Amino acid sequence: MTSGSMGSSPRRPDGWAKVTGTFAFSSDLSMPGMLWGATVRSPHPRARIVGIDVSGALALEGVRAALTHLDVPGAPCYGLELRDQPVLAATEVRYEGEPVAVVAADDPDLARRAAEAVLVTYAPLTPIVDAEAAARGEGEAVHAGRPNLLRHVPVRRGDPNVEAPVVVTGEYEVGMQDQAFLGPESGVAYPADDGGVDLHVATQWLHVDRDQIASCLGLEPERVRLTLAGVGGAFGGREDISMQIHACLLALRTGRPVKMVYRREESFRGHVHRHPARLWYEHGATRDGRLVYVRARIVLDGGAYASSSMAVAANAATLGVGPYRVPNVRMDSYVVYTNNPPCGAMRGFGAVQACFGYESQMDRLAHACGLDPVELRRRNAMTTGDLMPTGQVVEGPAPVAELLRMVAERPAAPRTTAFGASGGHTTRGEGVVRGVGYGVGIKNVCFSEGFDDFSTARVRLELRDGRPVVTVHTAAAEVGQGLVTVQGQIARSELGVPDVVVAPADTAVGSAGSSSASRQTYVTGGAVQAACQAVRRQVEATTGEPYDPTALPRLLARTGAVEETVRWHHRPTKGLDPQTGQGDAHVQFAFAAHRATVEVDVELGTVRVVEIVTAQDVGRAVHPQAILGQIHGGTVQGLGLALMEEIQVTDGGIRNPSFTDYLIPTIMDVPQMRVELLELADPHSPYGLRGVGEPPAISSAPAVVAAVRAATGVELSRVPIRPHDVVWGAGR
Amino acid sequence: MTFHSPTRWADALAVRAEHPQAVPIAGGTDAMVELNSGRRRPDRLLDLSRIAEVSGWDTDGGTVRAGAGITHTAIVAQLAESAPALAQAASTVGSPQIRNRATLGGNIATASPAGDTLPTLLACGAAVELHSVGGARTVALADFVTGPKRTQLAPDELIAAVLFPAATGPQHFSKVGVRAAMIIAVCSFAVALFPDRRSVGTGIGAAAPTPRAAVEAQDFAAEVLPWDSLGHLDPAVAGYFGDLVAKAADPIDDVRGTAQYRRHALAVIARRALIWAWDDLRGAVPCG
Ligand SMILES: Cc1cc2nc3c(=O)[nH]c(=O)nc-3n(C[C@H](O)[C@H](O)[C@H](O)COP(=O)(O)OP(=O)(O)OC[C@H]3O[C@@H](n4cnc5c(N)ncnc54)[C@H](O)[C@@H]3O)c2cc1C
Repeated sequence: MTSGSMGSSPRRPDGWAKVTGTFAFSSDLSMPGMLWGATVRSPHPRARIVGIDVSGALALEGVRAALTHLDVPGAPCYGLELRDQPVLAATEVRYEGEPVAVVAADDPDLARRAAEAVLVTYAPLTPIVDAEAAARGEGEAVHAGRPNLLRHVPVRRGDPNVEAPVVVTGEYEVGMQDQAFLGPESGVAYPADDGGVDLHVATQWLHVDRDQIASCLGLEPERVRLTLAGVGGAFGGREDISMQIHACLLALRTGRPVKMVYRREESFRGHVHRHPARLWYEHGATRDGRLVYVRARIVLDGGAYASSSMAVAANAATLGVGPYRVPNVRMDSYVVYTNNPPCGAMRGFGAVQACFGYESQMDRLAHACGLDPVELRRRNAMTTGDLMPTGQVVEGPAPVAELLRMVAERPAAPRTTAFGASGGHTTRGEGVVRGVGYGVGIKNVCFSEGFDDFSTARVRLELRDGRPVVTVHTAAAEVGQGLVTVQGQIARSELGVPDVVVAPADTAVGSAGSSSASRQTYVTGGAVQAACQAVRRQVEATTGEPYDPTALPRLLARTGAVEETVRWHHRPTKGLDPQTGQGDAHVQFAFAAHRATVEVDVELGTVRVVEIVTAQDVGRAVHPQAILGQIHGGTVQGLGLALMEEIQVTDGGIRNPSFTDYLIPTIMDVPQMRVELLELADPHSPYGLRGVGEPPAISSAPAVVAAVRAATGVELSRVPIRPHDVVWGAGR
Repeated sequence: MTFHSPTRWADALAVRAEHPQAVPIAGGTDAMVELNSGRRRPDRLLDLSRIAEVSGWDTDGGTVRAGAGITHTAIVAQLAESAPALAQAASTVGSPQIRNRATLGGNIATASPAGDTLPTLLACGAAVELHSVGGARTVALADFVTGPKRTQLAPDELIAAVLFPAATGPQHFSKVGVRAAMIIAVCSFAVALFPDRRSVGTGIGAAAPTPRAAVEAQDFAAEVLPWDSLGHLDPAVAGYFGDLVAKAADPIDDVRGTAQYRRHALAVIARRALIWAWDDLRGAVPCG
C-alpha cells in the first residue's frame, strides 16, 4: 500500500505552518498599494434610514471611497435561499449591525475613522423580537409585504389521535450559540484587467459566494474569480456572504486592492448564529417504555434575513424525534423573521436544537416508566429498515443501540475531582455531587430535499523529473477539518502514487459544493475517487496496458500528462410533501452517542465535566486522527452549548459581542475524552464512509444536561444552563 | 504615535510629568484591549515594562513591598507564603500567557470591580505607593479606588508599589465563574486571618461598584472566633459571616449573572473561605 493512503493518518500539509505560526490566514494577506475597507453598521435593530451623508468621510485625507446602496451596480440583495439581504441597506435596517455603507482608506485606522464620519440619520422603530408571536402570524412584518413565517415544515405520520398510557410533556429552550471561529471575516479583493475582480477570502463555498458577488456587481460569473485564503475556522458561520461583496465593490471603485478584516465585535455581528429555539414535546409510550407517538412544535428564530433558515427548519422537523422508531408523529417546525440577529448554519444545523428537546423527553419518559435511560432508549432505538417520520426507509447501518451500549459499558469515570487545582478555588468538595447522563443523536449527511448536490475534481497525473506526480484540484474549502489531507490520501490509494499535490482551491475548477453538512469527504472525496479512476482508464486506453503504478514512468512517457475532470453527484433526494412532510429527503444518516459524567457544586450551581465518552459510526475511518479531532472538537462544542455558550440578546441588541463574555470552553474545561469508533460500511457512499463532522456536536449537550439533572434532581429545560438555574431550579 | 520606553524609574516619572496625557502601559493586557477597540486613541504611550526597579518585591519581615511591575506569574511563584490569597488570585487571572505579561500595578490602576487581586489586597489592608517627580505618597487601597475604573491617581503620578503586611495566618481567595479559566469573576471573595492581632480582613470583588471590604462581617468574625481555645468553628457562625458578607455587597444584574445570584454565591464562598481559613489555623497550631 502506498504510504499516506486511506486508513492511515498522514500529517496535514499545512500542519507544520499552523503550529509554528507561519501559516497565512485570510487576515494576514497583503498586496502592494492595498487599501483598507471598513463598514458602517446600524446601531439599531430596526429603523428607517432617513439619510446617509458620506461627505464627512470623503473629506478626510487618505479616504478613497465611501459607498452606499446607490453604488451597488447589480442586484441590490443576495442570500443563500432567498435573495432578501441588501448588500447595503437602502431604506430600512433590520438588525443591529446591518451594513449601511462601506469606505476604503489608506490605513485601517483611517478607514475606521472614516466609517465613524459617515453620518446616517435613522428613525428608530420598535424591533419585532417575539419569534413565537411571529410563528402565530401576529405582529408587524419585518419585511414589508412578506409574512414573518419563513417556513412551516409539518411532518405527519400514522394516527394523529392515538393515545398512550404513559405521557410526558416538556417545554425547552435553546439559546443562541455562535460558531466562535477565531479567524475574523477577512479577505483581499483586487480589480482585474478584464473589468472583473479577484477575491482571496476565507469561506466555505467559493462558487456560491462567486454567484452572489457576480449578481450584485452586475458581472458575469466568469469575471469574478475566487481563491480560498487561509480559513481560521468556520462551523457554518462562513456559508453566508460577509465582506465579500463590499471588498469587491471598493476594489472596482478605487481600482486598487482592498483588504477587509472584521474586528471581534464586528465579527459577532457580521455572521449568522445558531437559531435559538423553543420546543414543545409530548411523548406517549406503553408502560414498558415503547414509543407510541411524538407530538412536537419547534419555533426557530431566524432573525432579520433568511440565510439557510428554511433548510434548518426542515432538519429540525425531519430529525426531530431522534434516532427512534415512532409509529405516530405530528411535528410542526416553524422558522420566522424577527429583528434579532440573523441566524443560519452552524454545525448540527437544526438537529442540535431538536436533540436537546427529544433527549430531555427520553429521560423524562424513562423516569415515568421506571426504566434506566439507556434501556428506554435501547427499546426504541431505530435500526436498518426502520422508517423515519418522513416515511423514508433507513438504509445502511443504523447502530443506535450498539452505540449506546458502547458508551454505557465503558468503566465509570475516574474518581478524581474536576473541581481541582484549576478554577476559582471555590470548593474543597463542599456541595459537590456527581451525575451521569446519556445522549444519542441523528444527523443527515449532505444536502437534502432534492438539492442538486455535487462536487468537481480535476486530477492530473504526469512525470516530473522522471517521477510520477499527481495534482488534485478542487474548489473544496479546507476549513480546518483536514480535507486537504483526505484528498491526498484518496489519490494515493486510487493511483498508487506517493507524490500528491493538492492545488489551492479556487473557482478555476468547477464547484465542490459547501464544506458543510458533514459532506466534503463524501462528495468531494467521491469526486476525487471518480477522477482518479477516470485517469486510470485513460492511461489504460491510451497505452493498451493495464494500469500499474510501478510501470508509470514508462506508461506516462508514452501518454504524456493525463488529466480528467469529473463532476460527481451523490444519489438524488426528494422534496418533502408540504402537507405531510413525507419524502425521501436525506442521503445518509449518521449517529453518535455520548455519556457524560459531571460534577455540580449544588450550592453555587457551577458545573465541571469529568469525562465524556463518545461512540460514533464513521462507516470507514479515512484519517483516524482527523476523526478523533472532529469528535473531540464537536463534543466540546456541545459541552459549550450545555454550560456557557450564548449570545445574549435584549430587544434585538447583542449584549456580549466579545470573547470576554461569549464564553467557549478552554482546555481547562475539556474533560477526559474517550472515543469509540464503529466502521460499518454504507453501501451507497464512497468507500462506505459516513460524514463525521456534525454528529459529535449534537448529543453531547443533552448528555451533559442529563448528567447535571441526575446530579441535582433539578429540571433543567434550557441550554446553556446558568448557575442560578441550578441553584433555584430552572425554568424558562 | 510616540512610544517612550524608559529603563529607569526616574526617567519614567520625568516623561509622566512632561506628558501627562501619555498612557502608561505595563503588561498591556488591559491597555491594548482599549487601544484595539478604538475606545482610546492616545498619541503617546509610556512603556513601563522595561524598568527592573519596580518589577521585584522585598520585605522587612513585617511588611511586604511589591513593585507595581511584578507579574502575576512572579506573584504565584514568589509571594505564596507572604501573601497566600494574593497568590491564589493571581493564579486565577487569565491564562499563562496573560499572567506572564500582566502586572499587579496594571490590575490596580485599571480598578475594575472584578480585578482579581484587589479583594485580596483589601483583606490585608494594603496601601499603594504613588510616585511623581515631586515626591511620593502612600494611600490606602480602599481610598485609592474611587469608583468603577476610577482612582485617585494624579496625572503626573505612577503606581510604584503596593505595601501590605506579610501573612501571619491563613488566607483564602475564591472566584465564581462558569468557566474553569479565562473568566472574569461573577463575584469573588478574600479572607485573611491575622491571629497575632486577632483581626480578620475581607474583600469582595465584582459585587459592588468597587472592590470593598465587608466591614461588619470581618468585625463580627474577629469578635466571635475562638482565638484562645482555637476551638471548632460553629457552622452557624460561618453561615452568619457569609450572610454579612452578602449584605455588604451591592451587586447588579449583567451578562455575567444576576444580582440575586451574586449575593447568594458570595454568602456561600465567604462561609466556605472562613471555615477553610479557621481549619488551616487550627491545623497549623500543634494541639496542646
Ligand atoms: C485575555 C485576558 C484575560 C484577563 N483575565 C483577567 C482575570 O482573570 N482577572 C483580572 O483581574 N484581570 C484579567 N485581565 C485584565 C488584565 O490582565 C489585568 O488587569 C492585568 O493585571 C493588567 O496588567 P497589565 O500590566 O497588563 O496592565 P496594562 O494593560 O499595561 O495597564 C492597565 C492600566 O493601568 C495603567 N498602568 C499600568 N501600570 C501602571 C503604573 N505603574 N502606574 C500607573 N498606571 C499604570 C495603564 O495606563 C492602564 O490604564 C485579563 C485580560 C485579558 C486580555
